[in-house]
Amino acid sequence: MSTSSNSPDEKQKVIPRDAAYWAKQTSFKVSNAPSGSLNLNVDGRKALSPLQGFGQMWQKTYRVRLEDTNIQPSEVIKTWKENFPKFWPKGNRFYAPLTGIAPGEVALLNLSMPVGMKLSTGVVVLYADDESFTLMTPQGHMFAGWITFSSFENDGCTIAQSQVLIRANDPAYEVGFRLGGYAKEDRFWQDTLKSLAEYFGVKAQVQTQKVCVDPKLQWSQAKNIWHNSAIRTTLYTMSTPVRWVGQSFRRKPETNN
Amino acid sequence: MPQANVVMNVRKLNNTVSIIDIEGEVSAFAEDTLMEAYSEASSPTTRTIILNFTGLEYMNSSGIGLLVTLLIRINRQKQRMLAFGLSEHYKHIFELTRLNEAIGIYDTEADVLAVA
Repeated sequence: MSTSSNSPDEKQKVIPRDAAYWAKQTSFKVSNAPSGSLNLNVDGRKALSPLQGFGQMWQKTYRVRLEDTNIQPSEVIKTWKENFPKFWPKGNRFYAPLTGIAPGEVALLNLSMPVGMKLSTGVVVLYADDESFTLMTPQGHMFAGWITFSSFENDGCTIAQSQVLIRANDPAYEVGFRLGGYAKEDRFWQDTLKSLAEYFGVKAQVQTQKVCVDPKLQWSQAKNIWHNSAIRTTLYTMSTPVRWVGQSFRRKPETNN
Repeated sequence: MPQANVVMNVRKLNNTVSIIDIEGEVSAFAEDTLMEAYSEASSPTTRTIILNFTGLEYMNSSGIGLLVTLLIRINRQKQRMLAFGLSEHYKHIFELTRLNEAIGIYDTEADVLAVA
């Protein structure tokens, strides 16, 4: 039987070369919400890995080949980071952090849901280097998990890829995804990659690969529904007139003084 | 696709416990190597798979994703995953990604074998 030779003390002294690429923490705190954004369901939430979600665990990979271009993977990722919101399908807003996509930064998402519903949530940049970056979701997001955007060379061609590793966060989301939400999610990332490819002058089909990593539901996580951002955003929107009335009553004494 | 810059050595300690020694980089390109190592480490009687991260030199978020899919595969076989040899940096990454809530993490091989 062999045993490992490196002493733990020696290992602690070496700074791994990935150290600068990881977030120092994944707490959700938005200090300056961009104008026009709805900042709900983000502050104070915990980040979730795919292990803390409720639904089936899926790994979905969306890939586009940037044929006949000389673009390098690092250029693809640089462009993607700098223009991330522009590549999103219409009707959905990604409010990038003011400092750009960098480890630990939080972005706000205002998304369109079925029947005209809106969903306000966020993501934190878990990891970002020159050839990939990863966004991790908070409690209440549709998904528990992360999505990694990367670029690499394959057979002399640069590939751009999005890969999600996710579970639906709670039972309500799981039902929604099985009733068409998963197909919508596929179109979302396929359209994003098409937009990215078109930016580089490439018209190409997006290859999609789906693997159900874990078909089991995690009933122990059904309680996640308490944080459901779709429900909370809907309640917030519906109560807007009540808040307006309340605010106007609160303002009156101040104007009289 | 770039080659995986990682070597994995499997040690079967007995009928129920196997260790996978990881040397090098854990990224998306390590998938085949890791899954082959797991296939070699696992048998119908194996109950515990231990990952030795003493030789880990680099890991990105795709590498963490790989560990999640391996964990699910191990759990579906009614096995458990344990780990040791993580530096403070990688322990922190396991906390950030909340893998530490699903994988038992120990400092040394002796520590992990005491509970395996």
